[in-house]
Amino acid sequence: MSLIKKGAEANLYLEDFSKVLHPAGAGKVIVKHRVSKEYRVPQLDLRLRESRTALEARLLADAKVAGVPTPAVYEVDRTGMRLVLEFVEGERVKSVLDKLKPAQRHKLCRLIGMQIARLHKAGMVHGDLTTSNMILTKNGKVYFVDFGLGEYDRSLEARGVDLHLLKRALQSTHFRIADKAYAAIIAGYRDELGKSADDIIRRAEEIERRGRYVPREERTWT
Amino acid sequence: MICLGIEGTAHTFGIGIVDSRGNILANVTKTYLPKQGGIHPREAAQFHAANAKTALVEALKSAKLKARDIDLVAFSAGPGLGPCLRTAATAARALACWLDVPIISVNHCIAHIEIGRLIEGAKDPVTLYVSGGNTQVIAFDAGRYRVFGETLDIPIGNCLDVFAREVGLPHPGGPQVERLAREGENYIPLPYVVKGMDLSFSGLMTEAVRKYKDGADLRDICFSLQETAFAALVEVTERALAHTEKREVMLTGGVAANQRLREMMRLMAEEHGARFYVPPREFCQDCGANIAWTGLLAYTHGARQRLEETVVRQRWRTDEVDILWR
Repeated sequence: MSLIKKGAEANLYLEDFSKVLHPAGAGKVIVKHRVSKEYRVPQLDLRLRESRTALEARLLADAKVAGVPTPAVYEVDRTGMRLVLEFVEGERVKSVLDKLKPAQRHKLCRLIGMQIARLHKAGMVHGDLTTSNMILTKNGKVYFVDFGLGEYDRSLEARGVDLHLLKRALQSTHFRIADKAYAAIIAGYRDELGKSADDIIRRAEEIERRGRYVPREERTWT
Repeated sequence: MICLGIEGTAHTFGIGIVDSRGNILANVTKTYLPKQGGIHPREAAQFHAANAKTALVEALKSAKLKARDIDLVAFSAGPGLGPCLRTAATAARALACWLDVPIISVNHCIAHIEIGRLIEGAKDPVTLYVSGGNTQVIAFDAGRYRVFGETLDIPIGNCLDVFAREVGLPHPGGPQVERLAREGENYIPLPYVVKGMDLSFSGLMTEAVRKYKDGADLRDICFSLQETAFAALVEVTERALAHTEKREVMLTGGVAANQRLREMMRLMAEEHGARFYVPPREFCQDCGANIAWTGLLAYTHGARQRLEETVVRQRWRTDEVDILWR
């Protein structure tokens, strides 16, 4: 198996469908293996890997039903901590977003916003919305991947955190265009979710203000 | 050029003196210890005011310099506790005016990274900065130190200190928790909260206190508290490392003194083939040398400030500062 990405919590391998699943199958699959972390105490290590593997498989499937492109889940191995997933060909949004023309970027960001809204409407949050976790395919679809920190959570707070995290990811990785990109994402989000989006957007702003390093109430005297 | 730096963001008042080749000529710290409870901002500020002169005299003596030899005054302008920041700023302004030398304000978090780079020779690390007042995962990109992850509520040092106080251990609680954790054997599941790259410790702290009140063994709770909180810190640092594809990891801040956290960070760095750095304890903690060196870097790369611009900022973000020297 060839290692294509050594992520923070899992290794991704690219493998032939025929070798992993069925000899009659063609094409490639991704094997996502949640490796044990030596730095963690074994009980915690097991708990995190097991729950994230099982939950991720369910979230990937449910997101697809909700109208958000995700890789198909072919197999869930809860003892080996492996998922076998469809291999999605495309480019990470991380590496294309800064290069796009403003109009195209706007369109892409709106679509991302709409898809986040669909996830939220279906009772899910992604938990790690960054542009590294979005794959743009040739036909213009945006696949959301890596639901390892996702949850079933309909609360205002969880949805607000989801939006806030994406904003922070844009600010750290795409700082030149972060504000415009986020505004377009929010526009798409509101389009899809309607009026109920307003409370969530307000909550995301509140979470930002709640943060530890946010200027507020600073006295004028120094 | 010789720069004198004044640190005063929280419980430590420090004066450090460095020259432009990176030699640390003096580093004197005076630390306020509350009689009970945690840091009281006003009392800490009064402590700083009372100790400023002694610290200055000691620093000059240890550097074998006269006040007239100082070419630049730097001070910690934030983030930190308002009364403490204002006291340190007042000392810095008075000194700069009296000596008739330029003054420069320094971001405290960035100073921790810069002293680490100077002393440890790290070039471009992903830094986990953990203390009683701060918890951030920071990496440099395009002219600024970007915050890749941070606490959404309380810092890890505060989490440990408040937990310790709640279960009757003396301040500062971190070392007490570490000592007891070494004797703990049973892992008690506690809330593990990582939201993307950000962290949250308030729920963890509350639950750990509840377990104590429910009668669980304090050593086991300390062990579980450390294991859970530190695993979250290391995971976020690991994510930032994977995301930025950098080759170095640095751990700094007061909580960097914790041996278990060091071990976990080292294991993580090794797994990713990254070099791991922890500055000596003196420079992990708040001190004037951090501020002096960072102020000197800024000044020699063109940063200038008028006296009326040396405003303190309690919530000054790491990623608001243009880094002229990188």
